[in-house]
Amino acid sequence: MNGQAAGKHGSSFTNIAAIVRRELSGYFGSPVAYVFLVIFLLMAGFLTFTLGRFFERAEASLVSFFTWHPWMYLFLVPAVGMRLWSEERRLGTLELLLTLPVTLPQVIIGKFLASWIFLAIALALTCPVWITVNVLGSPDNGAILTAYLGSLLLAGSFLAITSMTSAMTRNQAVSFILSVTLCLFLVIAGYSPVTDLLTRWTSPGVVDVVASFSVMTHFDALQRGVIDLRDVAFFLSVIGFALFGNAVIVRSLRAG
Amino acid sequence: MIRVENLVKQFGAKRAVNGISFSVERGEVLGLLGPNGAGKSTTMRIITGFYPATSGRVTVGGHDVATDPIRAKALIGYLPESAPAYGDMTVQGFLSFIADLRGLSGSAKKAAVHGAVETCLLEGVLHQSIDTLSKGFRHRTCLAQAILHDPDVLILDEPTDGLDPNQKHAARELIRRMGERKAIVFSTHILEEVEAACTRAVIIDRGAVVASGTPAELKARSATAGCVRVTLAGASADEAVARLGQLPGAARAEAVAGAEVVAGGRVTVRVYPKRHNNGDDGGDGGIGALGAALTVAVAQAAQASGWQVQALSTEEGRLEDVFRSITLPETVSQ
Repeated sequence: MNGQAAGKHGSSFTNIAAIVRRELSGYFGSPVAYVFLVIFLLMAGFLTFTLGRFFERAEASLVSFFTWHPWMYLFLVPAVGMRLWSEERRLGTLELLLTLPVTLPQVIIGKFLASWIFLAIALALTCPVWITVNVLGSPDNGAILTAYLGSLLLAGSFLAITSMTSAMTRNQAVSFILSVTLCLFLVIAGYSPVTDLLTRWTSPGVVDVVASFSVMTHFDALQRGVIDLRDVAFFLSVIGFALFGNAVIVRSLRAG
Repeated sequence: MIRVENLVKQFGAKRAVNGISFSVERGEVLGLLGPNGAGKSTTMRIITGFYPATSGRVTVGGHDVATDPIRAKALIGYLPESAPAYGDMTVQGFLSFIADLRGLSGSAKKAAVHGAVETCLLEGVLHQSIDTLSKGFRHRTCLAQAILHDPDVLILDEPTDGLDPNQKHAARELIRRMGERKAIVFSTHILEEVEAACTRAVIIDRGAVVASGTPAELKARSATAGCVRVTLAGASADEAVARLGQLPGAARAEAVAGAEVVAGGRVTVRVYPKRHNNGDDGGDGGIGALGAALTVAVAQAAQASGWQVQALSTEEGRLEDVFRSITLPETVSQ
């Protein structure tokens, strides 16, 4: 009995599920999560209806809603993800977690998924905007769904980057600043005022290459309702690359 | 159960662990002793798979920690030095999370959590968040997660640190009891703990093993081990020291500092036995036999000189002296 019980360990699915449950209950167990949700929804509403001139446009679309997402996520996603690893390092629980019979990829994926689910919940709570546009007119709901998918992928990319930078430090504030900086690069590399500036100095080919690294370029098509597999692949590879970097950083912490 | 072979861990220019080897079988409690920074925690972190070793090999239950970490980790319960736990969780939630990652579910999980809670006396704080607990309860919560899955191997890094004397006593009792069925390694710098709970002790200094043996064996290496301590009335200190130091079997004698002023011409003398091979005769038997013969000789000499023997005992030696003489060689020789 003794040997059998002690020799047991969970499958990767149950391990990831346990970590997701723990992280999610961590989010909703603290008031920070609710504050975040309120800020997210207020900002989304403000940007859509005032700066985005939702009503003045008189269009049955959510372009004025989705167009602000990269800028909103730029600050809100690092706020959600900054504690993922830095807190574990600060509290010393990293030692506990990594000496349990779980693999590092399981922990990384579990933590990432939990935060992504949290962001998905926040995004889902914006559905009144979608209801409004349906009441007022007849929008292309397929396009709106695609835009939501794009927004979720965008949030996931920023989140993966935040997860990586969070592993670099014990300090949440430092982790926040690092991830905002990295995400900002991914935003402005394809932001038209910046690309316009670049075209004055270099050839359009170089500008295109730089812009192709930007989330803006890839989010643009999705928010207009065009699913291009290359755009989806871009976001998924940013997520994959950042989480791989995350694993490399956590391993190097232990190698000494 | 645990086999550590030539373990080396390099942090940049610093070599934290420099060729440590030992093994622990089921039913043994190994005490890891050493000054701060000697490499105890690093060694434990390598055994539990938190740090990879620079070179050397660790197997737990036959599974190499470096190449088969999941199987090895499944056999281990680990209490890290600072007893970390997720402050935002309740004790119940935390233990349930650990049980999930230990692959326990349903009634087995319930029984495991219940058992650990009972052993660590956590019933009263089960639904309190860990942040609000006192240090002793936090520590016990972390200990509970280590023993939750009834592991074959327990690695406890300073398990009694920060506990009050009653809790310390309870923790030692627990370690000793669990040690009957498990292989346990624990680190400490409280020497009485080693005597209370360990079947074997290893002293580590500057990343290397400098001494190992049962607590009794280690104590026997102390300078005062096997000494006869006698309190005499009716003798002057000088007389007694001169007479007893010349006994066959005695190397030398000295008055125990401060003792001779105690009322009415009483004097306490410590007589050191002659050692055959540089004092390193290791076993209890040697010291014991030597001590017994010397005790008889001291008693007879006192009687012959007309001194009254008020107290007579053989000293076992003190672990603290051994620890100091081994880990502080420069200071002792100066």
